[in-house]
Amino acid sequence: MLTPAESEALLLSLKVSLVAVACALPFALAAALLLARRRFPGKPLIDGALHLPLVLPPVVIGYLLLIVLGTRAPVGGWLLAHLGIRFVFSWTGAALASAIITFPFQLRAIRLALEAIDAGLGQAAETLGAGAFDRFFNLTLPLVLPGIVAGAITAFAASLGEFGAIITFVSNIPGETRTLPLAIYSALQSPGSEAEAARLSMLSIALALIGVTLAELADRRARTLVGR
Amino acid sequence: MIEVSVRHDFGAFSLDASFRIERPGITALFGPSGSGKTTLVDAIAGILRPREGRIVSDGRVLLDTGKGVFVPPRARRMGYVFQDTRLFPHMSVENNLRFGWRRAEVKASSEEFSRILDLLGLEPLLARRPAGLSGGEKSRVALGRALLASPQLLLLDEPLAALDDARKSDILPYLERLRDAAKLPMFYVTHSLDEVTRLAGDLILLKDGRVRAQGNVFDLLPDLEFARSAGIAPAGAVFAATVRGPRADGLTVLAFDGGELIVGRLAQPIGAPLRVRLRAEDIMLALEEPKAISANNILPATVTGVQRRDSSAEVQLLCGGVKLVSRITAASLARLGIAPGTRLFAIVKSVTVDPQM
Repeated sequence: MLTPAESEALLLSLKVSLVAVACALPFALAAALLLARRRFPGKPLIDGALHLPLVLPPVVIGYLLLIVLGTRAPVGGWLLAHLGIRFVFSWTGAALASAIITFPFQLRAIRLALEAIDAGLGQAAETLGAGAFDRFFNLTLPLVLPGIVAGAITAFAASLGEFGAIITFVSNIPGETRTLPLAIYSALQSPGSEAEAARLSMLSIALALIGVTLAELADRRARTLVGR
Repeated sequence: MIEVSVRHDFGAFSLDASFRIERPGITALFGPSGSGKTTLVDAIAGILRPREGRIVSDGRVLLDTGKGVFVPPRARRMGYVFQDTRLFPHMSVENNLRFGWRRAEVKASSEEFSRILDLLGLEPLLARRPAGLSGGEKSRVALGRALLASPQLLLLDEPLAALDDARKSDILPYLERLRDAAKLPMFYVTHSLDEVTRLAGDLILLKDGRVRAQGNVFDLLPDLEFARSAGIAPAGAVFAATVRGPRADGLTVLAFDGGELIVGRLAQPIGAPLRVRLRAEDIMLALEEPKAISANNILPATVTGVQRRDSSAEVQLLCGGVKLVSRITAASLARLGIAPGTRLFAIVKSVTVDPQM
């Protein structure tokens, strides 16, 4: 059905997206808790900055990553020299770019789920003897879990489609950074590969559809859990 | 048992209330909406940190703003039954019930656990989720959850307010059983005179953030100053009675501290305790015992106080050990020469008696 190069692109896409979503999740949860539960000066600015990847051209994100994490850039150079970590031209760089691009999807879903929880439940738990950690793990987390799942699935589906930031930051290397969209792009660039481009596009559409449907199901589960 | 003194401000509204609750049973915190009842209860539970105040429960200082003492809600052992129940939606009824029980400093024994389940009829609900429960069932679960945390004081914030009348009468017997079975004091927030009449032993009247009256319900309710201040109209007395038995003619005889009262047919068994509310306008007064009269109850009484208001007068009576109040016209008052100390007869038609079941 798929050529070895095509399955390679598919598996790489899945790996990159999975790692991207998993790594961004704790940060998204922390940011969502901060935005939903705390008031602090400069909150609108932070809120806006965290949503920036949603509106910024992905190429700009890729470019910024290159400036900061390139092997000759200060941070990237330090990481390579001291920890042996290199993002450029590596699938980990693709995962990082995807994580940043899809972070707002996770943040938004988790934040909405947090804000939907009745603050009175926390008070009730407090009068029943539950401390802050206890309330977080036994009340907040289970109630927000469907929101986390919905956000993660949406972010995963969006991450599968990331193109601009990846090609700018880590280039288009077969087997290393050539994810599905990059493979489609390459196929379109080489004459006679129209069928390959079509197959990969169909695959992308199917994956996106599955992702969005699962996210919707998780969202519904969230609504019944918090009783709306 | 608990001593409360709280001062707090909300914009233009200020709360400044002090009181003590000395004994088990239900103390009603009665007052109109916006009088600061929930704020006061939140302060006792520790959910709200008042500007100034001191709260001592069983000798333990929970709050003393002067000394910087603030015990957090989770360490206060106050059972709180919220008006909106606040059951945890992602847990079964059983896990809701066990939530406070697991975390209690002094854990109720498993016998105690099943006794409370039994008392509130919770056994059939255990496996269900809160979303599938009726309003009345939710209230019972919320009550059980608070009780199972072994609180020192149970705070009930209008637990029946969200229920329709039919559901209310479903829950009231549970509350009565709880009051009679539990040895803990309960602080019951309400603006419903029916609930006060039926449940409360003591009453605190809160109005505009101030305590306007405090005392035993049987003493306070016939008090006209109190009725006026609490906005209770029509004024009336409440007293405790027990069912003595049915009569052959279908009426029921109640025994109370002033003798016997004949009322309409009641379903309660002989010996059942209940409370009777007699409205002031339903009591007629006569200086001599009427012989041929349709009313079934002619109770000898002594006048303890008279208050005139425009063309009407309210006469306070002592009938045995029970305080009653009657409203008559000022003209009748003058014609009969009724004054404190007058011995007379209070006439009560059976059909006007309102026994609270």
